[in-house]
Amino acid sequence: MSGESLFFTLFTIAACMGAIAVVVSQSVVRMAFWLIISLGSTAALFFLIDADFVGAAQLLIYVGGTLVLLVFAVMLTSSGPYLKIDTSPGETVLAAMVGLLFLFMVIAAQTGVDWDGTNERIAAANGQDASAAVFDSGSGGNTLRTIGMSLLGLRPDLGGASAGELHTAYLLPFEIVSIHLLVVLVGAAYLARAKRRRDA
Amino acid sequence: MSGGQDHMFLTLASQSLAEFLQSAGVPEGWQYVGAAIIHMALLFAVFSLCPFFFIWMERKVAGRIQDRLGPTRVGGRFGWLQSLADGIKLIQKEDLCPPAADSMLFRAAPYIVCMSSFAAFVVLPFSEGWVAVAADCGLFIMLAIMSLEVFGIILAGYSSASKWSLFGGMREAAQMVSYEIPLSICALIPIVAAGSLNLGEIGDMQSGGIHNWFLFHDPFTFIAFFVYFVVATASCKRAPFDLAEAESELVGGFHTEYSGMRWSFFFMGEYASMFAVCGVASILFLGGWNTGLPGVDGALSDLRAGGGPLYYLAGVIGVAVFAVKAVIGVFIQVWLRWTVPRIRIDQVITVCLKYLIPISCFLFLGAIVWPLILHSGLKGQTTWNEPLGARVAAAIPGEPPGIPIVEPAEEADESDAAPAEADSHSDDSPHADESASVIPPDASVTLNSTSEVSR
Repeated sequence: MSGESLFFTLFTIAACMGAIAVVVSQSVVRMAFWLIISLGSTAALFFLIDADFVGAAQLLIYVGGTLVLLVFAVMLTSSGPYLKIDTSPGETVLAAMVGLLFLFMVIAAQTGVDWDGTNERIAAANGQDASAAVFDSGSGGNTLRTIGMSLLGLRPDLGGASAGELHTAYLLPFEIVSIHLLVVLVGAAYLARAKRRRDA
Repeated sequence: MSGGQDHMFLTLASQSLAEFLQSAGVPEGWQYVGAAIIHMALLFAVFSLCPFFFIWMERKVAGRIQDRLGPTRVGGRFGWLQSLADGIKLIQKEDLCPPAADSMLFRAAPYIVCMSSFAAFVVLPFSEGWVAVAADCGLFIMLAIMSLEVFGIILAGYSSASKWSLFGGMREAAQMVSYEIPLSICALIPIVAAGSLNLGEIGDMQSGGIHNWFLFHDPFTFIAFFVYFVVATASCKRAPFDLAEAESELVGGFHTEYSGMRWSFFFMGEYASMFAVCGVASILFLGGWNTGLPGVDGALSDLRAGGGPLYYLAGVIGVAVFAVKAVIGVFIQVWLRWTVPRIRIDQVITVCLKYLIPISCFLFLGAIVWPLILHSGLKGQTTWNEPLGARVAAAIPGEPPGIPIVEPAEEADESDAAPAEADSHSDDSPHADESASVIPPDASVTLNSTSEVSR
């Protein structure tokens, strides 16, 4: 077993076990802890496939941001010492059925697609080298420049970049989404702030 | 492992170490394992020596500030081994867990703190090319990993089943959620000047003299350094921002219920992350492992190009310079802790939300507009001193994969001759005006590298 597959196995097991523990445990903060294990292992899997940027974003956004906010919210709102979620047997059965259906769908999708053939067909349809060879100049996880230039519309893998040809750029949609989030943030702060009485 | 030419292409220290092991007769495939183990051992040594030294330093400095001697007995006159004695004492203490606590989270929390501040050292370069993982988005990974540390603190506060701990944890959560924003923005300001998130590249760009440090790149980076330092102090929950501990009101804050080694893990993490944030500050603003003396920097890069043992000598000198800069940063944090009174939690949040975030946003905008202002004022010159692209080209002599050569060679030659003052560029030849376009130099970095990739 090579080192890569060894680490892959380790982190996959950790991610799955963490996910199962999130579902099984009843304390919300323990769920958050298991979610760290699961999401952190997912980030490690991203690092393993040389997607450093995605892995770091996973850590920063989900583990460092969302989970801290989750625990913070639990600490602010819970009335008892340890917040528990009690699920009724009906809910458990329903959730298990939905989860199993989703698992079945994922497995069916995984086994039902001829991945090699699809890759070949994509390459044939684009008429370019769709393999990772073009992007491989950023080896060892150094994908940052490639991502940045793709965001600006420079796609060497689609050809024509040397002539300065621009493909679809995602910078503007990205900025619009971020402004949208900012507006939501300001709105939430406005709604949540303490209202001043007019006569005061 | 011989010949200077090889070293020029080696941005990854692990790569060179693996090659060395291979040449030493290690069987195929195992050289990477060996290199990984050596790196882990080295990093772990650094990580554990940081608290060892800084705790001693903290006690000595605190003693001096309070007009007493500090530790004097253990290990000679200066109490060098006081931290070791403390460690032995802490190992012997009973590992307590309150009966009402959530024992699993209570036991796991110190490890989260310790591991996340340890993991930050993986992407922190200590000298040119001396880094365990030379990631292209190193700074981003670093910020992401260091943001995990707060989670351990919050879990510790929550799971202790103590009101003091809970308040400490909540304060820490509120503080960190606010202070992460100015921290990231202030770290971005030198990045705008550098055009790279790779900490190794950022350090290399500042070689050749103190005027090349990003601290003096423009007025905005100069102010940003001080804002970054304040925010970094707060993000290590050091006084005057140590509201999570606040022993005057919360007994011990989040670590009230902890004892023995688990308690000390929090402080190992704290002191190690103090070193880490000061190391990042030194790389981003203070030239990293470059001495800042033009003659010495040139001599060191000659030494590096000499190859063999000289390369390692230059590396060791770089580590020493880097460590001195970072330790001075930690010293200032210690100094602040014992001289500045703790501020209230509402003042902490006010300082961040009403002052630091607007200041850092303003600095960020200013840093972006600065090259354009200089360009219109100084006939196409976008930096005070020599263009950054030329410095990158000088710092990276080979053409390693993924790191493009930035500027054409003639501009590098020209800027080598150019003096540091910006005024002297006003009588540059028209050729220079053509080569510096309206876009700042880092934009041309990306454009040129595209054509490199597509070739």
